[in-house]
Amino acid sequence: MSPAFLNPFGTLLLRDLKLAARSGGGAALALSFFALVATLVPLGVGADLKLLARVAGGILWVAAVLSALLSLDRLFQGDFEDGSLEVIALSPLALEMTALAKIMAHWLSTGLPLTLLSPVLALLFNLDVAPTVTLFLSLLIGTPAVSAVGAIGASLTLSLKRGGLILPLIILPLLAPAVIFGAGAVRLVLDGMGSGSALGLLAAFSFGAVLLSPFAAAASVRLNLGG
Amino acid sequence: MRGDRKLFDGLSFRVTAGQALAVEGANGAGKTSLLRMIAGFLAPAAGRIVLKSAEGESAEAEERGKSIGWLGHQDGLKPQLTVREQLDFFAHLHGRKADANALERVGLARQAELPCRYLSAGQRRRLALARLLVSERPVWLLDEPFAALDTAGQGLIAQLMARHCGHGGIIIAATHDPLGLGNESLKL
Repeated sequence: MSPAFLNPFGTLLLRDLKLAARSGGGAALALSFFALVATLVPLGVGADLKLLARVAGGILWVAAVLSALLSLDRLFQGDFEDGSLEVIALSPLALEMTALAKIMAHWLSTGLPLTLLSPVLALLFNLDVAPTVTLFLSLLIGTPAVSAVGAIGASLTLSLKRGGLILPLIILPLLAPAVIFGAGAVRLVLDGMGSGSALGLLAAFSFGAVLLSPFAAAASVRLNLGG
Repeated sequence: MRGDRKLFDGLSFRVTAGQALAVEGANGAGKTSLLRMIAGFLAPAAGRIVLKSAEGESAEAEERGKSIGWLGHQDGLKPQLTVREQLDFFAHLHGRKADANALERVGLARQAELPCRYLSAGQRRRLALARLLVSERPVWLLDEPFAALDTAGQGLIAQLMARHCGHGGIIIAATHDPLGLGNESLKL
């Protein structure tokens, strides 16, 4: 069935979501990795329920970032290798909007499912309702930044052989604020304080990343198309 | 330039509406690089490329790109999408409704619901040609357009190119084979 007539942005977004669903390696792999890490940590830490709750925010945030990383290296790579990126670059859609569509598609196919799974995994860490809700909110606010910052890394490593290995080295340091504020929000709730300030800072970081990264990624894609 | 090596210099040519230009030369002579410069992917070390149309004159790469239909070495197809989905994507990406006849014109109407991973190299090339038809761009840049095509496929592309030029389009093709359009040629 052919899709309804869409604008170029919606067309690219829909195609990338379709590819993510049909490739099988995106969301399913990220969710499996996220669930495995979250299951293994309590086994390694032991039955100290208080300790598990204390480390839950940090562990689940790091696991979510690493899970999202698994599919980030293919953000532009597939289109670059098969020639689609040249066709997209010559379409009426600006490369900045192309990058934004790809960031959105990555978040919808990876970041959002990871966020939706997090309350289930929080049970393994003995998290109460309030910190679980905060964890969910922090991931909902912060995972778009993971896709956005990841897009910069993916575009920088576009023409590198085994660029996927370098990608984490580029983007993990840039994502430190998201992990600090996201995990910090959960810890604040565990300590009986409000998480508003941490979530606010996380939202500001995420908003800035989503706003600016399409420009950086587009510039890098342009350079790679020229090379 | 490719690295420190100068690929060509003193190059000057003009292609007008309804004309085709074959860019010829040995491997590595810079045929693909020239096409990539015209498309705006590569910046020339010196000189400029200008596209003149009824709307005016444009030397900006991004502006020029809006008039260009590109067929590169790679076909730009996704194995996970069906032939029809792929063509719809190209059409919608260019802000157009899908042309129901485009697949018929390239001889792929029967494969419309087949995922692209099952297409042969020649069929993939035909689908890439259908992309040019739905994008409705006046300037076609074709890099080795006859690659992977059988005799029937080569006849088809020659027919499509003749039709495009007949409607006032421009074709610049890097090729080792004659275009068969009574065209000009540029030797690199």
